[in-house]
Amino acid sequence: MNAMTLIDRNLHIRAIDTYVDPTVPRARAIVTHGHSDHARSGHGAVLATADTIAVMKTRYGDDCAGQFQEVAFGEPVSIDDVTITLYPAGHILGSAQVLIEHQGQRIVVTGDYKRLPDATAQPFELVECDLLVTEATFGLPVFQHPEPQSEIARLLRSLAANADRAHLIGAYPLGKAQRVIRLLRDTGYDEPIYLHGAMVRLCTLYEERGVALGDLRLAIEASKAELAGKIVVGPPSALKDRWSRRLPDPVLAMASGWMSVKQRARQSGVELPLIISDHADWNELGQTIADTRAGTIWVTHGREDALVYYCQQQGLAAEPLNIQGFEDDGGEGEE
Amino acid sequence: MKRFAQLLELLALTPSRNRKIAALAEYFRTTPDPDRGLALAVLTGALTFRNVKPALLKETVLAEVDPHLFALSYDYVGDLGETIALIWPHHGGTEELPRLSDLIELFNTTSKRDLPGLIASLLTRAEVNERWALVKLATGALRIGLSARLAKTALAEMSGKDLQKIEEIWHGLTPPYTELFAWLEDKSEAPDIAHTARFHPLMLSNAIDEEKDLTALDPRDFAAEWKWDGIRVQLVMGKGGISLFSRTGDDIAHAFPDIVEEVFGEAVLDGELLVGHGFDPAPFNDLQQRLNRKVALAKHLKEYPAFIRVYDILYDGDEDIRPLMWRERRERLEDWFTRHPQTHMDVSQVIPFADWQELAAIRRRGADEHGHEGVMLKLKTSPYVPGRPKGLWFKWKRDPNVVDAVLMYAQRGHGKRSSFYSDYTFGVWAGNEIVPIGKAYFGFTDEELKQLDRWIRANTISSFGPVREVRKELVFEVAFDSAQLSGRHKSGVALRFPRINRIRWDKPAAEAASLDEVRALVPAT
Repeated sequence: MNAMTLIDRNLHIRAIDTYVDPTVPRARAIVTHGHSDHARSGHGAVLATADTIAVMKTRYGDDCAGQFQEVAFGEPVSIDDVTITLYPAGHILGSAQVLIEHQGQRIVVTGDYKRLPDATAQPFELVECDLLVTEATFGLPVFQHPEPQSEIARLLRSLAANADRAHLIGAYPLGKAQRVIRLLRDTGYDEPIYLHGAMVRLCTLYEERGVALGDLRLAIEASKAELAGKIVVGPPSALKDRWSRRLPDPVLAMASGWMSVKQRARQSGVELPLIISDHADWNELGQTIADTRAGTIWVTHGREDALVYYCQQQGLAAEPLNIQGFEDDGGEGEE
Repeated sequence: MKRFAQLLELLALTPSRNRKIAALAEYFRTTPDPDRGLALAVLTGALTFRNVKPALLKETVLAEVDPHLFALSYDYVGDLGETIALIWPHHGGTEELPRLSDLIELFNTTSKRDLPGLIASLLTRAEVNERWALVKLATGALRIGLSARLAKTALAEMSGKDLQKIEEIWHGLTPPYTELFAWLEDKSEAPDIAHTARFHPLMLSNAIDEEKDLTALDPRDFAAEWKWDGIRVQLVMGKGGISLFSRTGDDIAHAFPDIVEEVFGEAVLDGELLVGHGFDPAPFNDLQQRLNRKVALAKHLKEYPAFIRVYDILYDGDEDIRPLMWRERRERLEDWFTRHPQTHMDVSQVIPFADWQELAAIRRRGADEHGHEGVMLKLKTSPYVPGRPKGLWFKWKRDPNVVDAVLMYAQRGHGKRSSFYSDYTFGVWAGNEIVPIGKAYFGFTDEELKQLDRWIRANTISSFGPVREVRKELVFEVAFDSAQLSGRHKSGVALRFPRINRIRWDKPAAEAASLDEVRALVPAT
């Protein structure tokens, strides 16, 4: 059996009737990480890292799957004659790439990943393979993410220049919010950071699982005066929500890889775009494809066209996957 | 270049006008000559490079980036300059970019052959935001939503000088504006600019208070003219050429070649720019087709020929006659036209009247029959005084029309209002259906805005992007200056200056106006 018959274009591993990140309830699922376009509730059995399972239970409830199988990174699990091993993907806490081995064939499904260091996620490990199924969220050469530290420095400069205003940072509640907070802490910023209510559960979970985030408080419990000159973290929707009226003349910031495109930041009313991404940028995608030495590349989750074209230019067999439920909707899914 | 890049980014992203002004003022205050003057030139579009063009930049990039990947990227980003800045694949120059003035010097002096090499090396040396600013600078297409007036306002803010005074000399100045900044910082006298290269700040009127003013003023002291519904312009004609200024001092001559190629003589004239055939003014909607354009379209020149209806003269030849009384200037104006018969200008006629009552009747008839906005009253003894002096010129607008319309859609506002639904589309009955007739975003208090916002959120039936469609239940009393026929609106009518007069919380939507009632308000022309 070669790799192409071991897994199909819906990421269904036929020999063991198991799907990777299925978008509809399935009997058996391997879940790479907890974002809602990868982790859904209602599967029969879920195999994932302990962190991912904890995230799923926090978001969807303890009974969001029939049963859970926790697997540690690097620990092979044999099912019939297929071996599954999870490796860190560096995307968010617990995020994994899936290595599928069968009779000497090696397939890696990256899930979402990044290779830049991140204190809130286990660092990416490179896994060589024959077939690589890669994400392509930022699969265009215009996406070249800067160092996150330089973005945090911009945030701190803006904070110093606007002592009478709050800074409201829009960040996805799972992963991005904790990363931004941690990046701030790692520069020595030890003021309280104020949270929108939607951020609390997952911040608490991260702390319980060993990611220290420092002094966090609820924005709703703080007076307007207290919030001047402070950082408030909320979901992206909070930027335009009535909720933001409680803040003193807030500088609207947004932490996202999409923020590199200024026209886009402008359209969404963002005054301080922070280019902080949890996905590989164009250069990392290309580097990873080369490093895995895979001869065949399947591209999913994002702007497949450009990356497929690029792989073909490199002499690799490449094609886009158009997995149902993953259609690009203009592209700003969870990060 | 680093600071200029930071300024550009702030201007592009901050929604607040005041903060833009503050940032500009700070930049001008703390940046040395000639950099700040060149920055000002870049921001106001006064600087272009002969050989640095978008095509050249694209060519430079395509030597380094696969054309297909570039095309896909451009398609995604939608802005050529930004695509180039983001896609440039080489980074890591440790050497800082040259200062703005040196950079501009390089653009101007490098040969066409060497330009691609220069641009490539600059792009590589730049940090990501600088790269964006660099491309914006090189292509001249800033697209950051900054008007020249905002830049001039910042100069006034920075120096405490009068904005009018700055506007007055602006067009006689050239980059890098060293003499301007010297004056702004009180290091020298104001630059001496020939009057023919200058914009002369306009004399503006005050709205009349019918009860108070009409009893206090003697009708015999005043001359009346129609208030024309076009745009106020100042035509400056001298040996140095012709400028056509808008009321804020922007030169709009390029958009009106039909006027500037035909007028002649030497004078500074004040009047209304209108469109129409045979000096018959067409509705403002038609004029609007010709505004905010870089060049005039041949089709528009034919369909909407422009002319100026002149009502005052500031300079007769080289003579500054602003200190003369209105009636003296009026004589000089008529005399000037006799000496210089024009094909694209005429003189605004004076309306004879005996007393206020008669004028009120004339005004009402003009509004009903010809759609005139109202009348202007000018004190016959008044000199031409820039600004809005009290007691000299009055506008006596027609009574506003009002119509009860139903709120249909609401859109979120900008800046401070970005969390409020503050822009309202309203409509009237056409049979059993409500058709939109206009949009308004002022006329209510902050407290009413909060109430409206609450009502809209509670009565939304669907939303698309920033727009919400609401239940057709809330009635606004909408005031507007006039109604005009319009092919661009589904309802076939367009309102001038619509504003929310009152919120009729009490009124059922079924009692709102019908389209026929609104159509009846369109003056027959």
